[in-house]
Amino acid sequence: MSTASPGTLLICEHCDTVYRRRTLERGEVARCACCLAELERHQPLGVNALLALVLTAMIVFVQANMWPIVTLGLNGQYSGTTLWGMIIAMWQQQAQVVSVLAAVTLFFFPLTKMLVLGWLLWFARAGRRAPGFVRLMVVLHHVGPWTMSEVFVLGALVAIVKAHTYFDVVADPGIYAYAALTLLITIFAGVDLRQLWDLTREDPA
Amino acid sequence: MSAFPRAAELGLIGCHVCGLTCRSGPGDEYLEGGHMVCPRCGSALHRRKPNSFVRTWALLITGFLLYIPANVLPIMRTASLNDIDDNTIISGVVELWVKGSPDLAVIVFTASIVVPMLKFLSMGTLLLSSQRGSDWARPQRAKLYRLVEFIGYWSMLDVFVVALLTALVRFGLLSLVEPLPGVIFFGLTVVLTMLASMSFDPRLIWDGRDTDD
Ligand SMILES: [Zn+2]
Ligand SMILES: [Zn+2]
Repeated sequence: MSTASPGTLLICEHCDTVYRRRTLERGEVARCACCLAELERHQPLGVNALLALVLTAMIVFVQANMWPIVTLGLNGQYSGTTLWGMIIAMWQQQAQVVSVLAAVTLFFFPLTKMLVLGWLLWFARAGRRAPGFVRLMVVLHHVGPWTMSEVFVLGALVAIVKAHTYFDVVADPGIYAYAALTLLITIFAGVDLRQLWDLTREDPA
Repeated sequence: MSAFPRAAELGLIGCHVCGLTCRSGPGDEYLEGGHMVCPRCGSALHRRKPNSFVRTWALLITGFLLYIPANVLPIMRTASLNDIDDNTIISGVVELWVKGSPDLAVIVFTASIVVPMLKFLSMGTLLLSSQRGSDWARPQRAKLYRLVEFIGYWSMLDVFVVALLTALVRFGLLSLVEPLPGVIFFGLTVVLTMLASMSFDPRLIWDGRDTDD
């Protein structure tokens, strides 16, 4: 074996300092003594709780995408949009770059993240590694920084305030679904997905 | 500095993707095509991110060059019956301020101007000081890097605002919003600066020339 006793040593990704890993108490956060970066934090949520959160997020995500987000009114005319309405409008208005950026960061990557996580957690409940586990864990790592739903919620708020000066603004259910999604994302921000490597065994019995 | 044992000195490498601690050195079993591969997740193992300085500089400078048209060119046109108004990032902030939402104006200003500028200045400083192997304010520089990484993607805010308004304000001749090229440059700036901060290796901050022993 060429791995140096996995699980017992921990390397700070920010400064390369090596630590001996220890079990964390509830609410405890291990910080690097050299650069103060977070090394690890206690994970209060078990696999079942995480799976429940992911399933909730999926339902909310579907609603956030189906329902209109905002409707504007002007002299009795009304105009609303969904996320995809926005993506298509940008494409038609010669801003294809923005259209693709929005589609990727607000739809495809968040969707990938939830589906992959749901799949992995489903198997992890029995301590097993799902088919494609290794590849999917790598995908999760790379997709992570490119999901921007929470930025979009703030953007929608700014757009509503800007439009409010000239139009009647009606906030539609989609915006509430997005707000709920942001809340779920915030809960997930403290979850270290790498724990799945330790929680699952390589060969299902 | 030797109070802290460093992985590179102990012949260890942490996998950047899955976090596994691996032993590096001659006689590795997990060599694949000349470079080391993590035995757990199959990702390439590097003591430091490859060509970190060159890559980060290239991405940062390109991002900065695109940030200029992003600010100079208008990002959005609002057209109504007798009036066409082209907005830049700054004029959009000013409008929010004047129309009575100073709090949101501050948020948009922060996301669109302060954060990108902070990124250019911070990453530039981090690159220069790390290339010189400086031991100046290392903990603060490490903290600065983590801040830049954490807030970087919020700059996409204005891009989403323009996109949403474009889709919403479609009242034919009465009122119409169109995206203008500035918003494309701005979106690309955000992506490039995110890539720049990802390709920078924060461990380089601690790799002083005179602290190896
Ligand atoms: Zn550290
Ligand atoms: Zn790995």
